Amino acid sequence: MIRRLSEFGVGLLFGLGLIVSGMTNPAKVIGFLNLSGNWDPSLAFVMGGAILVGVFAFAFARHRAKDFFGDAIQWPSSTAIDPRLVGGALLFGVGWGLAGFCPGPALVSMAAGVPKALAFVAAMLIGMFVFEKIERRR
Amino acid sequence: MTIDWASFTPWTALAGGLMLGLASALFILINGRILGISGIVGGLLRPRAGDTSWRLSFVLGLFVAPLLYGVSTGLPQARVEASWVTVILAGVLVGLGTRIGSGCTSGHGVCGLSRLSPRSLIATLTFMGAGFVTVYVLRQLGVVS
Repeated sequence: MIRRLSEFGVGLLFGLGLIVSGMTNPAKVIGFLNLSGNWDPSLAFVMGGAILVGVFAFAFARHRAKDFFGDAIQWPSSTAIDPRLVGGALLFGVGWGLAGFCPGPALVSMAAGVPKALAFVAAMLIGMFVFEKIERRR
Repeated sequence: MTIDWASFTPWTALAGGLMLGLASALFILINGRILGISGIVGGLLRPRAGDTSWRLSFVLGLFVAPLLYGVSTGLPQARVEASWVTVILAGVLVGLGTRIGSGCTSGHGVCGLSRLSPRSLIATLTFMGAGFVTVYVLRQLGVVS
């Protein structure tokens, strides 16, 4: 129970961070991706701030075998740089540039009652569902 | 390229970024997994016993964030300039792409780069590059100013 509450709290902190940073405003995200035009560099500071904390935190976590609740930390096992990684990232990047939403901000904006965020999330879930169907067939 | 100084908000961006980094750090330490939104949500579509409640707890936290922020200071505006059709096409691409490529801005961008993962660096450079090119094309078509 305490663990579920902690995960809820981290979700809340992450959601608040997305709002404070400006990531939940698609126009601002497009402003960052508009590198060749009138560029708003703000989101580079979002990434910079997150990685500044993250580098130290993950260096600390790396030396631990277990999390605070005694379960093994599950590090990603794949190190492959393959067409699947690059192809997936390409599709994601095109979608990100088209609407200005990535998954986290879209979920937060949907909960805030932004109608197009609801449409985006529904479509995103369809995309993820299609992936599951294809994966299961393989 | 020109800098859009009128829209530039370095301090709130940095503050928000620190919060995202802190959340990612806490998540690996309390949950033992990488905080990646697409993976957390995608896993809900592949339900396994004992693997659902932590995902829902986290997502519920995300959902409560705008409500809490809204009652305290009022939410900042979210301007979506893309049309409905574009938004839906974008959603499908993001859903498919993040699952095929095993991550999005949080899992690859924040956690992966913080872990100094070469795989995540390639993914991040790729989706950012694709985003830059997409917006460039939209600007050539007159959709983005």
